[in-house]
Amino acid sequence: MSALSSLARVQAAAAGIAQPLATVRHCHLADAPLVLVPLKLAGEAAAPLAVMVGSGPGDPTLLAVPQPRNRDLRFAFAASLATIVLKHVETSRGAVEELPPGKDGDERIRYGDAPQLLVPNRGGVAFLRLMGRSTRFRSTEGQYAVDPAVPVLGRWLTWFADRFDHPGSSLLGAMTELLRLHWTTGQSSLEDGNLAALVGWIDPPDGLDGPSAAARAEDPVLCPPAGPTTDPTFDNEVLAPAIASYDRSGGDPRAEERLRAVLADQLTPTWELMWRAVGLLRELPEGASVPKRWERDRDAFTHYHQTFGEAYPQARRDAPVRAARRLHDLERAQDAYDAQRAFDDPLVMAEYRLGGQAFGGTVTDADPARLDETGKRPKLRPLLRVATQDPVRLDEGTTVCNAARPGLKGKIVEIGDGTVLLELTGGMGRKLTPEPGAVPEVGDRVCFTSLTEGSFGVAKFPDREDTPWTHGGPPGEYVPTAEDAEEAWS
Amino acid sequence: MTETAPDLSRLRGGAPPRNHDARTIAALTSNPGCARRGVMDAAAVDKDAVARALGFPAPFGQSQFAITRGNAFEAQIKADGCAELLALLRDRLGLTVPEVAYDDLESVAGNDARELRHSRTRRLVAQALESGDGTLFDHPLLRLEIAGHPAYLEPDVLAFQLAGRLHVIEIKSFAVVDGQAEPEQVAAAARQSAVYVLALRGLVAELGHDPARVSHDVFLVCPENFSNRPTATPLDVRPQLAVLERQLTRLVRVDDILAELPADLSFELGEELATSVRAVEARYAPDCMSGCEMALFCRDEARACGRTGALGRSVRDDLGGVDTIGTALALADGSLPPSDDLAETAEQLRTAARLRAEALGGALGGVA
Repeated sequence: MSALSSLARVQAAAAGIAQPLATVRHCHLADAPLVLVPLKLAGEAAAPLAVMVGSGPGDPTLLAVPQPRNRDLRFAFAASLATIVLKHVETSRGAVEELPPGKDGDERIRYGDAPQLLVPNRGGVAFLRLMGRSTRFRSTEGQYAVDPAVPVLGRWLTWFADRFDHPGSSLLGAMTELLRLHWTTGQSSLEDGNLAALVGWIDPPDGLDGPSAAARAEDPVLCPPAGPTTDPTFDNEVLAPAIASYDRSGGDPRAEERLRAVLADQLTPTWELMWRAVGLLRELPEGASVPKRWERDRDAFTHYHQTFGEAYPQARRDAPVRAARRLHDLERAQDAYDAQRAFDDPLVMAEYRLGGQAFGGTVTDADPARLDETGKRPKLRPLLRVATQDPVRLDEGTTVCNAARPGLKGKIVEIGDGTVLLELTGGMGRKLTPEPGAVPEVGDRVCFTSLTEGSFGVAKFPDREDTPWTHGGPPGEYVPTAEDAEEAWS
Repeated sequence: MTETAPDLSRLRGGAPPRNHDARTIAALTSNPGCARRGVMDAAAVDKDAVARALGFPAPFGQSQFAITRGNAFEAQIKADGCAELLALLRDRLGLTVPEVAYDDLESVAGNDARELRHSRTRRLVAQALESGDGTLFDHPLLRLEIAGHPAYLEPDVLAFQLAGRLHVIEIKSFAVVDGQAEPEQVAAAARQSAVYVLALRGLVAELGHDPARVSHDVFLVCPENFSNRPTATPLDVRPQLAVLERQLTRLVRVDDILAELPADLSFELGEELATSVRAVEARYAPDCMSGCEMALFCRDEARACGRTGALGRSVRDDLGGVDTIGTALALADGSLPPSDDLAETAEQLRTAARLRAEALGGALGGVA
C-alpha cells in the first residue's frame, strides 16, 4: 500500500465503485483457462468435498465426495480430478519451438503454450497445494494402491502451487489477487478476500452500487462463500443432513444425486463469478511485458514436463542449496516483475513518481547535438532540461532511463527548482548525431526513472554434492519409502 | 471486587456475566484503544446477544464438522489420563516424563461454580509447586485482571509440571503438515497460550512462588499431516507475553471511561440499546472482524461516518492519519486548506491525486 493506492481506495469509497490501479493487464490470460472452484470439509486439513472444474463457462464438471471421511471415495475423487487436470496439462502444450542449442550443445525446445489454472482465492491455492502434498507420495501398487493418475496429479498440483509463489507467473492464478492487482475497492483488503464482494465493487449488477453489491455478497445464503471453506450454517443445516442420509441409504445413487445438487448450488454462483472476472480482465489491454513473462512460464512448464518421468516427487522440504536457489529466483523475479509493471503502465509508474524514484514532466530545453569532447574521442551527450512538479528524490549523478523507451539512458546533472537537467548517455544510435526521434524535443512529455529491469544478477550456488557443512553438508538421496505411500489420510 | 462492580452489573442490565476465555482476552489486546469494547468486556456483557439485538449478528458460526473433529481429537489425546499425550512428550520431545498424576478440575464434586473451581485449582497448584511432582491439570480455572477487574479463564488446556516447572499444553485440531501449519492459526494459538501463561504466573506469584516457574515454552499439540496422529511442538511465547503484558497495562482504565458515561447507561436488550452502545466510543478496524462480536455493528457505524479506519489501518496511516474520507478527498483536491500538522500529508495527497489523474488521462490519450 502507498498513499497513491490508499487515495484510490478512498476515492472508490466515495464514488461507490472500484477505481483502476492499472491501465493494462499485468497477467497472461489463456484463451481457455482451467477454472477450479474447490470446497473442502471444515475442520480437516485437505479433505476434498467437491470441485467445479472446466475450461468454459457453459461446461462445468462437478466432482463430489459423498462421504468426505471415506478414504476410498477421496481417492476416487482425486483420480477423477486427475483425469481433468492432466488432460488440460497435456492439451495445453501447443506447437514446439526449436531454440538455439545450449552452451554444452544440448537440444533446447520450448512449448508454444502452457496450461493455466484459475482458482477463486488464496485459500484455493492453499487447498491445491495441500491436495498435491497429500497425493504426490502415494504408491500405485501394494496394499494402499491408488489410481496411477493420483500421484501424477499430486506432483503437478505441487508444481502449480510452487509457481504461484513466483512473482509474475500466470500458471496458477487466484482470482481475488488478479483483480486486486488491477482495481481497488472502497472496502478493506480483508473484505476484498470475498470474490463476490470484490466483483460487486468492480462491476456491480444493474441497479446496485459497489457497497450494496458487496453487502449482498456477504450474505452466505445469496452468495455462498467462494471456498474452499464452506459456510458453517450450510454445513450444519444442509450438508450434514445430506451426508447423513447418503450414509443411511448405503450409497444409494439418488441420495448421492441429492448431495451433488446441494453442492452444485453452493458452487455455481462462484463458478459464474469466476468467468465474469475472467471477462473483466480480458477487457484490459495486455501489458507489453506479459508475453515475456509468459515465455518464462512456458520455459518452466517445458522443463518440468520434459523431466517429469525421471524425477521423484517434490521433497517435503527443500534441501539447503535448492531452497537458497529458489529464494534467489523468487527475489529476482519480484525485482523484474515490479520494474516491468512500472514500465508497462503509467499508473504503476506513478507510484514511483510519488516515491521520488521517477519524475515526469515537459522538456523545456534540449541540446540534442551536444558532444562531450573531453576524452580521446568525442561522445554524443545531449542535454535535456525537464520541468517537473514531482517530488524528485534522486541524487545528482544517478543513472536514469526513459520510462517509455528504457533503452534511452541518461545521468542526472542537476536538480533544482522544479527542473531536472539530464545528460543523455545511450540509446540514440552509434553515430555522433542522434537517430531521428531518439532525443525528446522541447514540449514533449517525458518520464525518467532510476528503476531498471534486471538489476538483480544471477547468483552462483554450489552443487548439491558440495553443500557446505554450515548448511548440514550434502543431503541424503531421496528414496521413496513405504511410509510415504501409506501415510494416513483421514 | 472493586467499587465499580455495581456499575458493571448495571451495564449488563441484569443479564448474567459472560465468561472470558483466552480468545477474547487475546483479541482484546489487538485493539486496546476501543472504549466500547473495553467497557463491554469488563462488564462481561454478552456481546453476541447485544449484536444480535442490534441486527448485526456476529458471523462466528462453527461448522459441526470442525467441532466434531476438534472434540474427537481432544478426547483422543486426553483418553486414559492423557496416555497418548504423555507418550508423545516422551517420544517426540525426548522429555523424561516420570509417573504423572492427572487431575480434572472441570467440576468440584459435581459443582461447577467458578469460585469453587478456582480455589480448588489454587489448592492443587500450590500442592504441586510445594512437592514438585509431575502433574497434569485438566480444565484449571484461572483468573486474570482485565482493565482493573478480574476475569475468569476457562482454558480448554492442560497445565503440566515437569522438573518443578509448569508448562501450558494447548491442543488444537489444525494440521501440522511437514512441520508447518497455517501461520494465522499458530499465531492465534500462541496468543491464547500466552494468556494462560500469564494467568498461571499470576497464580504462582500469589501462592508465594517465583512466577518464572511457569515456562514461556508452551507445547502445541496438533494432528500430524493428514492423519489423526498427534504431534507436539514447543512454542516460545515470550513475544506474545510481552505484547500481552504491555497491552493489558495500557488498556484504557474502565473506571475512567465509566466516569464520563451517563450514570444510567445500560446495555439491556431493548429499544434504548443502540443509543446506549453508540454512547461509548468505538475504534473500529477491519481486524475487529476476526475477534469481536460487535464488529459488524461498528463497521456499519464507521462506514456511515466515512471513517478511513474502516478501510484498514494501513490506509489510514498512508493518509497521514486523516480520520474521514471527506477530509482526505478535500485535502487531495485542495478544496480544504490544511492545518499546519497536516500540511505535509496534504501536499502528498495533492501530488498523488495529480499523478493518478495524469496517468489515467494519459492512458486514454496514449501518452506514457
